[in-house]
Amino acid sequence: MVSQAAKRQLPGQQAIDKKGWWLAHKWLILRRMVQLGILALFLAGPLLDVWIVKGNLASSLTLEFLPLSDPYVMLQGLTAGNFPTSEGLIGVAIVLLFYALVGGRVYCSWVCPVNIVTDAAAWLRRKLGIKVSSQFSRSTRYWLLGLTLVLPPITGAIVWELFNPVSLMFRGIIFGIGWAWMVILAIFAFDVFVSQRGWCGHLCPVGAFYSLLGHKSMVRVSAQKRDQCDDCNDCFVVCPEPKVIRPALKGADKGISPLIDEGNCTNCGRCIDVCDEDVFNFSSRFKG
Amino acid sequence: MSDKQKRGLSVESEGKQAEHKSMLSRRKFMGNTLKTACGTALLGLGMGTYSRQASAFPAWAIRPPGALSEDKFSGACIRCGLCVRDCPYDMLRLAELGEQVALGTPYFVAREKPCEMCEDIPCAAACPTNALSHELKNIDDARMGLAVLIDQEECIAFQGLRCEVCYNVCPLEGEAITIEMQPNRRSGKHALFIPVVHSDACTGCGKCEKACILEEAAIKVLPTHLAKGLLGKHYRLGWKQKEKAGHSLVSPDIKHRYNLPEGVRYDYNRGGLELPPEAKLEQNTPFSSNPLESLKKLQNQENR
Repeated sequence: MVSQAAKRQLPGQQAIDKKGWWLAHKWLILRRMVQLGILALFLAGPLLDVWIVKGNLASSLTLEFLPLSDPYVMLQGLTAGNFPTSEGLIGVAIVLLFYALVGGRVYCSWVCPVNIVTDAAAWLRRKLGIKVSSQFSRSTRYWLLGLTLVLPPITGAIVWELFNPVSLMFRGIIFGIGWAWMVILAIFAFDVFVSQRGWCGHLCPVGAFYSLLGHKSMVRVSAQKRDQCDDCNDCFVVCPEPKVIRPALKGADKGISPLIDEGNCTNCGRCIDVCDEDVFNFSSRFKG
Repeated sequence: MSDKQKRGLSVESEGKQAEHKSMLSRRKFMGNTLKTACGTALLGLGMGTYSRQASAFPAWAIRPPGALSEDKFSGACIRCGLCVRDCPYDMLRLAELGEQVALGTPYFVAREKPCEMCEDIPCAAACPTNALSHELKNIDDARMGLAVLIDQEECIAFQGLRCEVCYNVCPLEGEAITIEMQPNRRSGKHALFIPVVHSDACTGCGKCEKACILEEAAIKVLPTHLAKGLLGKHYRLGWKQKEKAGHSLVSPDIKHRYNLPEGVRYDYNRGGLELPPEAKLEQNTPFSSNPLESLKKLQNQENR
């Protein structure tokens, strides 16, 4: 099973050699800490009886005063004809504002638990050197997003929440998983064996919603020192949305800004980690 | 053919090629779009159909107080679990994948842990979407379902045994469940103490179902639409109309006639048979002038 590609150096090896393992994994480790930290906060209640946050990603209450609600699921409810309470609306407003500022798909790479699964799948895929990938359009997710917003008015039910692996996994971990772990396993297998970055990068309508939400976000990755790029290709290999890098990294002669100005960049920071030339850094839409 | 013409031709063919190419890519684009659209539509059909099946709420599960009707609930509940967390008695849970209840929605099972009917209804207050309506202010107005004494063969009250546990645990004792006495036809001299549920007061909390002493509860909380019948809208109950109007709405009541010996009257409200003040009944019969005498005689014979 292990092919030539696997025997080759894995992406980021040069960065590890140059910066050391910790610095070459800085954003990844931070991200995992945030993802697991959020889960831990939700779990502290039922497991340790320490109630800091209760609920789940769909809607939660922090320290009995801060409501947070997922705008995507609320929107589905709205299209089904249900209007939320004022607390629900405040929760939606806070979340909308937050992701509009820091980047919509920050939800994907810093919060969503499925991201850990699909990142692991991508890692295994690289490790095994699996090249075959069923190709379908990355815009499929927008079709699915449309579908999840069209189904509620037709059926009167929030249909997507019967399937959504994101809420399935997060709610499952906190409230009891049932058979949902099979869905998680299926997504892992799908990403490893069927389609590279298949779920998060092509299909997930939750990610599609948040990419639209963060289309004009403030926090951005910038290829500020793109003139130092030595074309090692590592950033493209680790990036969950490699399309977003090219214009910013290679568009200098076309006058394209080094800012990765794309709703689908998840601000995961892996490109910053694996680049031994320090081409990338977190920046803002104003600084460029 | 001159050079000019040749050049013109080649330019033309180049143009054609480019056109052909763009047509091909356009065709490919259209094809792909169509494919995705069809796939999405098909998926939508499957998902929609599945959701109809999945939202069939089983009769053994009960939604928390204030829950909207089931068809509206599935469009309102976002499965956040805040109601579960705010229930002080920890009796609510979210449906897991593989259960019969729509995935992630809250419910409880009366026989395991019934609703304790908190006065401040914290579960409904926690709901961010009004799937558990905030309009419910008084827990006694909750209608989670309706208790039904569903098995009158096994319920021991119908055997003439004293139980009344369901009546005694009912939070609205004497309103939602009352005890109605009926003659015990088996013993001929005792009463049956029959629990009767009243839909105008029962909240469906499930305490009666939980407390029922049988191995399988004889009284169960059912979804109201399963438990209740509905009289046709055009039906009118004569005696109620009469009460409302103060008089009979049809022709005057005809006095009911009994086939009784001359002079004897029957009046239910005044204690049954009424004999005339002086018995003027004919004496040349083997029967007593008092019809009750013959009954007593018969009974005495039996007792002997």
